[in-house]
Amino acid sequence: MPGPTQYIVWLVGALLEAAVVVCALRRNAFRQYIFLNVYMASEFVASAARFEMMRHYGFLSLAYAYFYYYSDALLTILLFLALSSLYSEVFRELHAERYVQMGSVVLLAATALFSFAVVHQSFTVAEQSSGKIFFHFVFEVSQNLYFVGLVLTYILWAAILKLRETRTRLIQLVLSLGVYFSLYAANYALRNLYPSAEAIFTVLNPLIGCFLPFAWAYAFWKLPEEARLAPAELAVSPR
Amino acid sequence: MTAAFILVCSIGFLLMFFVSYCRSLLATSSTVALTQEVREVAGIANGISPDDFHRVVQLLQLCPDRPEERGRVRTVSAYYGFLGFVRSTLAVAVPSLKAWTDRERAQCGYFAAVALGRRIAFSRDLLAQQMLP
Repeated sequence: MPGPTQYIVWLVGALLEAAVVVCALRRNAFRQYIFLNVYMASEFVASAARFEMMRHYGFLSLAYAYFYYYSDALLTILLFLALSSLYSEVFRELHAERYVQMGSVVLLAATALFSFAVVHQSFTVAEQSSGKIFFHFVFEVSQNLYFVGLVLTYILWAAILKLRETRTRLIQLVLSLGVYFSLYAANYALRNLYPSAEAIFTVLNPLIGCFLPFAWAYAFWKLPEEARLAPAELAVSPR
Repeated sequence: MTAAFILVCSIGFLLMFFVSYCRSLLATSSTVALTQEVREVAGIANGISPDDFHRVVQLLQLCPDRPEERGRVRTVSAYYGFLGFVRSTLAVAVPSLKAWTDRERAQCGYFAAVALGRRIAFSRDLLAQQMLP
């Protein structure tokens, strides 16, 4: 069972998720970044639903575990869509939104197929019919989507530097997404490599989850849409 | 094998995004001019040095807290700690890295000084509100 600290982190995370939507609404940025806000609103709803599931069935129940990982996979897909909307925002002037959307759907399907192939290969015929395979598929697809999301965020960041995008808010939204994706992808990989230390990584999950809503709420609340900066200053290697 | 590959790449990307994100936070304050008063209070009248950060943060902690700034100061403190680590390890072998970390650490100090200026103004406003009948 989670302790008081974990409940507090959970609550803070949920409040920050709601804060993103409120900040975006107050700063009139809701429609411009609609997919980001839909994702945050869904995260908030999922947090509340997970809490209810835990209260009804218990933290160690199979029902809660299934609900947690299935909702996580759905949320990852939504985050993937949010990322593709950031691509559309950056490439708007090049009129390449349609290609970006098509590309993201193809990549999403390819990741799901690859994950299924990996899981299918590692299970025996008897295990495949037990339903256990779907649980592992959901876990695998989340891990791989986080990694694909991370690579896509890196490409987006490279495009921002190349196209000399100067919108401070957009830059901070992308960079915080990059930090979030890398933290989650590393966490998933560590869980896969060291299953015996699952408890530690389970505690880390909600802590990592607080970072993105905090950074996005800050970006919506504190940075006006007109704020500009030179992205070349931000590159790790001097340009 | 896949998990190990993902882990190594994730750590590399994490470092890159973390540095860029922190630099974007620093960039938002680099355009703000420091008042003479803040320079004197922070003891940086002759410019800011890479080692000033901790001293300015200690002064920051003496002022009434502004909750909206807390997260940013923590993130930049973590970045400053990371730069200190790089300076005392990797930069020993690569001298150009030492110059870069020193520039970045000075930027962190400037960021803290800007935050100090805001907190001083915030404290003045609080005091003025209390003085009102």
